[in-house]
Amino acid sequence: MKISVTVTLKKDVLDPQGKVVKQTLKNMGYSEIQSIRQGKYFEIEIDESKEKNIKEVVEEICKKLLTNTVIEDYKINYN
Amino acid sequence: MKSSVIVFPGSNCDRDVAVALEKFKIKNHMVWHEESILPKSDLVVLPGGFSYGDYLRTGCIASKSKIINEVIKHSKNGGLILGICNGFQILIETGLLPGTLLRNKKLRFISKNVFLKVENVNNVFCKYYKEKNLIELPIAHNEGNYFANKYLIEKLEDLNLIAFKYCDREGKTENNSNPNGSSNNIAGILNENKNILGMMPHPERMIDPYLSGEDGSILFKSLFESLLK
Amino acid sequence: MKINSHIIKQHGIKTNEYKKIVKLIGRDPNMLELGIFSAMWNEHCSYKSSKKYLKTLPTKNDKVIQGPGENAGVIDIEDNDAIVFKIESHNHPSFIEPYQGAATGVGGILRDVFTMGARPIATLNSIHFGDPSHKKTKNLLNGVVSGIGGYGNCMGIPNLGGEVKFNSSYNENILVNAMAVGLVKKNKIFYSKAKGINKSVIYVGSKTGRDGIHGASMASAEFDENAEEKKPTVQVGDPFTEKLLLEACLELMKDDSIISIQDMGAAGLTSSSIEMSSKGNLGIEIDMNKVPCREENMTPYEMMLSESQERMLLILNDGKEESARKIFMRWGLDFSVIGKTTDTKILVLTFNDQVVANLPLSSLSTDAPLYDRKWKKNIELKKIDLPKKFQSENLSKSLKKILLSPNNSEKSWVWEQYDNTVMGDTIQIPGGDAGVVRIHGKNKAIAITVDSSTDYCLADPTSGGKQIVCEAWRNLISVGANPIAITNCLNFGNPEKEKVMGQFVETIDGIKQACQYLNFPVVSGNVSFYNETNNNSISPTPTIGGVGLIKNVNNMMTSNFKEVGNCIFIIGKTLGHLYQSEFFKEVIHFNDGPPPKVNLFNEKNNGYAVLDLISKNLVESVHDVSSGGILLSLVEMCIKGKIGANISMPKTNLNKHEYYFGEDQSRYIIEVKIAHVKKLEKFLAERSIFYEEIGKTQKDEIYMEKELKININELVELNTNWFKKFNT
Repeated sequence: MKISVTVTLKKDVLDPQGKVVKQTLKNMGYSEIQSIRQGKYFEIEIDESKEKNIKEVVEEICKKLLTNTVIEDYKINYN
Repeated sequence: MKSSVIVFPGSNCDRDVAVALEKFKIKNHMVWHEESILPKSDLVVLPGGFSYGDYLRTGCIASKSKIINEVIKHSKNGGLILGICNGFQILIETGLLPGTLLRNKKLRFISKNVFLKVENVNNVFCKYYKEKNLIELPIAHNEGNYFANKYLIEKLEDLNLIAFKYCDREGKTENNSNPNGSSNNIAGILNENKNILGMMPHPERMIDPYLSGEDGSILFKSLFESLLK
Repeated sequence: MKINSHIIKQHGIKTNEYKKIVKLIGRDPNMLELGIFSAMWNEHCSYKSSKKYLKTLPTKNDKVIQGPGENAGVIDIEDNDAIVFKIESHNHPSFIEPYQGAATGVGGILRDVFTMGARPIATLNSIHFGDPSHKKTKNLLNGVVSGIGGYGNCMGIPNLGGEVKFNSSYNENILVNAMAVGLVKKNKIFYSKAKGINKSVIYVGSKTGRDGIHGASMASAEFDENAEEKKPTVQVGDPFTEKLLLEACLELMKDDSIISIQDMGAAGLTSSSIEMSSKGNLGIEIDMNKVPCREENMTPYEMMLSESQERMLLILNDGKEESARKIFMRWGLDFSVIGKTTDTKILVLTFNDQVVANLPLSSLSTDAPLYDRKWKKNIELKKIDLPKKFQSENLSKSLKKILLSPNNSEKSWVWEQYDNTVMGDTIQIPGGDAGVVRIHGKNKAIAITVDSSTDYCLADPTSGGKQIVCEAWRNLISVGANPIAITNCLNFGNPEKEKVMGQFVETIDGIKQACQYLNFPVVSGNVSFYNETNNNSISPTPTIGGVGLIKNVNNMMTSNFKEVGNCIFIIGKTLGHLYQSEFFKEVIHFNDGPPPKVNLFNEKNNGYAVLDLISKNLVESVHDVSSGGILLSLVEMCIKGKIGANISMPKTNLNKHEYYFGEDQSRYIIEVKIAHVKKLEKFLAERSIFYEEIGKTQKDEIYMEKELKININELVELNTNWFKKFNT
C-alpha cells in the first residue's frame, strides 16, 4: 500500500529557506508569490499483509522519526 | 592581470581569495552580486561560502543573480572563471559546468586537509603543477559529492577534463581516500574549453608556509603567469 | 486576562518578588508589565543569586579595556588592536531541541561580539553530555554538533577548539557553552550605553515572531517530568541572516553613525531596550506598532518577550538615519525607527495610540532583587584509603583502557564537522593545547582555550575552581602565548538549595584566588543556574575560556614530538595524586577522594619558565600535563608527531601508577634537543624550577622496559576508536 507524508514547519516557526526563496522569486519577477514555506515529502510503501494497524504504524513513524515534533507538523495522505 | 571576485550575500571566502590574488600580484576588484556590469577582467572568481545560506539547493539562488549573465558572457568570450567550493556549486547551477554536487556520503560537514592528484596540467590554472602533481589542500564542505551519469563521467575522463582527484599520500585514488563519495574521486573539473575550473578544495587557504603550506600558491602562480602573456 | 497567583507563578515570579514589584511601581502591574518583570528579574538576566559573589572576582589588569558589564569583555593586544570575547551557555534550549538550541547559542554569542564592533575571528565550545549509554546521549550529541557546525560554518568563522565531555551528572541536563572571539581596533569599540535625549531608537535585522517567548524564564527553571511540554519555546536560528547582519553592522560601524548598539538576546527587545537606556541613565519610549513582525496580530506582550534571533537595537547620531537605512536595505534586513530616548528614566510602551506599559527603569534593573542565598560549606573529602588493588594493574592495559574511554578519546569526529581554516589565518587547528589564529595581516597571533571542571569541582569546589583557571593558563603557555584574561561560564544546579549555592560560592572563591595570583582576570561571562531535573543537580561545572597573546608567530609552540633522539623532560614535581584521576575512574572505577592540590606559586613559576624556554628556542615541543597524567600526555605527543618515546622512570619514591597516572598540577612535558640540554638545565636551575628527565624520543613506538611496547599506529587506533564506534 502506498502512503505519502508531508512534513511542514509549525505555523509560528521561522522558515529561513522559505523567506529567501520567496525573495528570489520576487527578484525573478514573480511578485504575485505572497509566501512560500518549505517542507519535506515522503513516499512510503507498506506491507499490508502484516497484522499491525496501518494507520497506527504510520502515525508512529511520523512521530518517532520523520517529524521533529518540536518544530514540525505532519500530514498523512492515504490514497 | 585583472580579476573580479563576485560577492554574494553569505559568501565567506571572498576576503581569503582576494588576499591570495593580491599576494600573487593579480589586480583585483570585489564585485557585488547586484551589479549589472562586470569590470574588465581576465579572471572571474566565484568564492567559497554559504551564498544565500545554501538554502533550497546550494549555489542555486546565487546562480540567479544579476551579475551571473555577465559572468556567462565573460566565459563565452574566452575569459577565465575559477569557482571554489560554493563557487563550484554555483557554476554547476548556472550550467557552465556539467553534473551536480550532492551531500557528502556520510551526511556530515568535513573540514580537513586532503591529498589531491592534479590530473590535468595542460590548462592555465594548473600549469605549474607539472613539477608537483601530488598536493595537499583543505576541504570544508557539506555538499562536495560530485555526481554525474555514467556517460558524462566517461566523457570527462576521455576528454581529460578532470582537474583534481582525491587520493592518498602516495597518489593512489581509491575509495578510502575519497572524503565525500564523489564519482571517480573527482575534486575539480574543467569545461571543454578549459577556461573554467570548478574545484571543491580551497587553494586560497594554502598560500602561506606559516599557516599551512604552499600547494595553493602554485595555482595562483600559474594564473598570474598565463595572464601575463 | 486578570493576574492571579497562578499567572504570577507561571511567570517565574515569587510571592515576595511580586510584592516588591507592587511596592516599586505603586500598583499592580498589567499583564505586559508582568511579562517584562518576569524577563528582567529572572536569574538569567538579573544575576540575582550570583551578583554578590561575581563582584568578588578580579576583573582588571593593565591589558583590560572592558570588564564585565558590557556585551563582551575587551583586552588590549597592542598596536591599536583589541580582542573582544565572551562565553555563554545555552543549556536548557539545547536539551529540548539540540540542533536549534546549539545553533542559536552560537548565534547569540557571535552577536555579543560583533555588537561591539569586532569581526569574529574564532569560535570555541564546551559541550557536556550524559553517560554514553543513556538513551538520549547519542541524539543530543549529534544534534548539538550539527547545530554548532550548521550555524558557525554558514557564518564563515573558524572553530578553533573545544571540549566534549560525558558524565552521568548531565544525563538530564546537557551543557552547551559557546565562546566567540573577535578583533577590533581599540579606537573603534562600540558600547551599549545610550547617550543623548530624543535620539532615534532603531530596530534592525530579522522580523519578530513568536519564537522563544519566555526563553529567559525557561533558563531559570528546573526541568521536571513535563520538560517535553516546554517545547514550543525553542528559537530557530537563521545563520544566513546573521551573516548579513554582521556585514551590515560592520559596514555601518566604519563611520561615526552609531552612538550605542546592543543585540537582542535573552528576553529580546525587553532586555536590550531596558539595558541600553538604564545604563545611560535615560528613559525610552517605544511605539510597538513600529516593530517589524513576521506573524499577524502579534501583541505587545509577544513582541517584547519574543526571542526571535538575529536582531539588534541601535541608537544613531542625528542625521545618520538615511545612510544607515540604505546599508541595511542593501543587505536585505529590516530597519525600523521604533522609538526614542527620553530624560524620564521610564520605559513607556505605546500600542494603537495607547500607553500599554509604564515602568521606572530602575525597578527593572538596579532595583531588581539581589539575594544573599543561604549556602552550605562543602564537606571536605578526606584522603580515604587508596584501593590497594590498583598496584597490580598492568600499565599497558590501563593505558589502553584510558585511551579507549569516551572522555579521553581523540575528538576529530567532532571538530572536523566545523570549518577550522576559513578566513585564512588559522595557525593551530583544534586538537592541540590551544587554538591559535593570526591577527590578519600582522605577525602576531592570539591563542584561545576552553576548559571545564566536573569531577574535581564536585569533589572540592574551591580547589576545582582554582585548578580549572590554572589549566586554561597552562594551555595558553604551552603554545607560547602570554595569558591575558578569561571569560567564564558557571553552570550549576538550583541556587535556592544550600548545597548548590555552597558549590557556587566556593567555586568562585577558587577561581578568584587563581585569577588574582596569576593576574588573569575575568572580563566577561555568564551564570547558568537551575541545571537540575527531578531534584538531580549537575556537578558544579565552571567553564573557563582563556585568551593569550603570541607577539611573534615564529615563537608559537606545538605539542607534537619533532625528532627522534631528543630528550624528554618534565617540568614540575610529580607527587603521585591518584584520587579523581582518569586511571582511578576508568580502570579501577573508584570515584572518591579529593582532587589534586593546586600550588599557585609553582603554577606561575613553572609557567613563566616554560614561556621563556619557548622564546629562547630551547624546546622543540611542549604539552601540559592534565587529566590522565604523564603517560597520557606523552602518548598524545607521540600520536601527533608520529614519533615514539622510550620512557624510564626517574628516581622516585612513588610507584609506577602514581608516577605515570598521577594528576598533579603545574607540570609540562618538553622535548629538548641534546645540544640544548646544558643550557636548559642551567636556566631551570637559575629559576629554581623542578625538572627531571623521563625519556627520549624514538621511532615507531612507545616503550617502557617490562611495561609498555605499543606501536604508534595502534595508539592512533585506540585513541580514535570510541567516537568512530559510537557514531556508526
